[in-house]
Amino acid sequence: MYSEKVMDHFKNPRNVGEIEDADGIGEVGNPRCGDIMKMYLKIEDGIIIDVKFKTFGCGSAIASSSMATEIIKGKSIDEAMKVTNKAVAEALDGLPPVKMHCSVLAEQAIKSALLDYSRKNNIQIEGLEDFNPNEDVHEHQ
Amino acid sequence: MGKYIYMDNSATTPVKQEVLDEMLPYFNIKYGNPSSIYSLGSQSKNAVEISREKIAKVLNAKTKEIFFTAGGSESDNWALKGVAFANKDKGNHIITSKIEHHGILHTCEYLKKQGFDITYLDVDEYGLIDLDQLKEAITDKTILISIMFANNEIGTIQPIEEVSRIAKEKGVYFHTDAVQAVGHIEIDVNELNIDLLSMSAHKFYGPKGIGALYIRQGVKIDPLISGGAQEGNRRAGTENLPSIVGMAKAIELAYENLNENNARLIKLRDKLIDKILKNIDYVRLNGHPINRLPGNVNVCFEFIEGESLLLSLDMEGIAASSGSACTSGSLEPSHVLLAIGLPHEIAHGSLRLSLGDFNTEEEVDFVVEKLIEIVARLRAMSPLYEKIKEGK
Repeated sequence: MYSEKVMDHFKNPRNVGEIEDADGIGEVGNPRCGDIMKMYLKIEDGIIIDVKFKTFGCGSAIASSSMATEIIKGKSIDEAMKVTNKAVAEALDGLPPVKMHCSVLAEQAIKSALLDYSRKNNIQIEGLEDFNPNEDVHEHQ
Repeated sequence: MGKYIYMDNSATTPVKQEVLDEMLPYFNIKYGNPSSIYSLGSQSKNAVEISREKIAKVLNAKTKEIFFTAGGSESDNWALKGVAFANKDKGNHIITSKIEHHGILHTCEYLKKQGFDITYLDVDEYGLIDLDQLKEAITDKTILISIMFANNEIGTIQPIEEVSRIAKEKGVYFHTDAVQAVGHIEIDVNELNIDLLSMSAHKFYGPKGIGALYIRQGVKIDPLISGGAQEGNRRAGTENLPSIVGMAKAIELAYENLNENNARLIKLRDKLIDKILKNIDYVRLNGHPINRLPGNVNVCFEFIEGESLLLSLDMEGIAASSGSACTSGSLEPSHVLLAIGLPHEIAHGSLRLSLGDFNTEEEVDFVVEKLIEIVARLRAMSPLYEKIKEGK
């Protein structure tokens, strides 16, 4: 059902945990739907120098969070903004169609954490103007 | 990880060696079509009838009241559609419960489109239907009551005797989906006043793709599959001979040592339940504590999701199942867990371990040991658990 990459990231998830003094925290998903992702960012000079996550969800939700943190670590805010759910899914060598919303959740978690960072620092991040962290990701299936 | 621990016996069971041995000649040596008149054919016909007799005997039914089908789903479809269409001049109302197998629920949805009215009875926190609600639901249009014998997810056994008594008093046919019960619980169709009963061989160490419908003599029912004259003109199609023989052998074996087997299974089951409840916090048992299938364990672990639990168990060589949305292919968790009143987020964390004849005490100990580790690992990753720890 899952690719080896998905299973690898499920078995050995990268960057699990919390960041005490995070610069941006995003939480997306809904326990009712069985998935919640929480992402913590440490940002210095516009670069994501550290990222951690916690996820309640299925195997692909955990793997998608793990992969998303791996992709954005060390990247600039602009680069992180360009990470799409498709990029996360492709990096995992694909997800089953019914699980694509997990990768959408990962993209939302990044954006949600960046939105929190932009609000705390009173800055504008291009592309977040219309972002709604509470959008129902299940419609993306 | 040495060996594989199979604790999903409610999903299916392995075919027992004695059953397989009995079946094999019917593939390539005694392969005649039971409808053929030469001796190779009549030999097959005999085998079918002896098998039918064996199954009937176990259920205290008449031989001619057992009809072979392709399994539980076909039996459920036949019972519901067959009775509904044959009795539509009497009424168009069917009563069932919210926790039935999809074989029943989806057939009811189909019948609703055909103009039938369906009442879905509620269940309590243990999954038991309310007999008063059943009585009140019956109208002069009611033609059939279909209540499952034992639930496939949470293992709860319904008060079948009381249900059938109510049905009989009101002159309504009573069907029970006994797919999880046959081979595991003593069933006497006369004592229990059952009019129709669905069963499936692969739930009791028989082959897949074979089942039967018990139809009490005199019940008005249309055929589901039309064609040849097999099964007394009521279910067409060349008989699945090896599987029929296998089913009969499997049911015989199941009832040979039923009490002894069940005593062992119940001991294992209760040990597994007790150890899980004692060693893991934020966990609850689903289903009735006593009136449950001998091998059924169903628990919910809060703050984690069922599919990641199953994947983690599989990595340790343990096979189990869950009622989480992610394992059902839909976005909703199990309808059974929602019907017993569980909130969505807790239903997502369900785990069913169904024990069978080949499970051992050592396996139970090993599974609990691994569960403790897995639940702790997944909770450490869960933002919901973090909130609880922080007292939020």
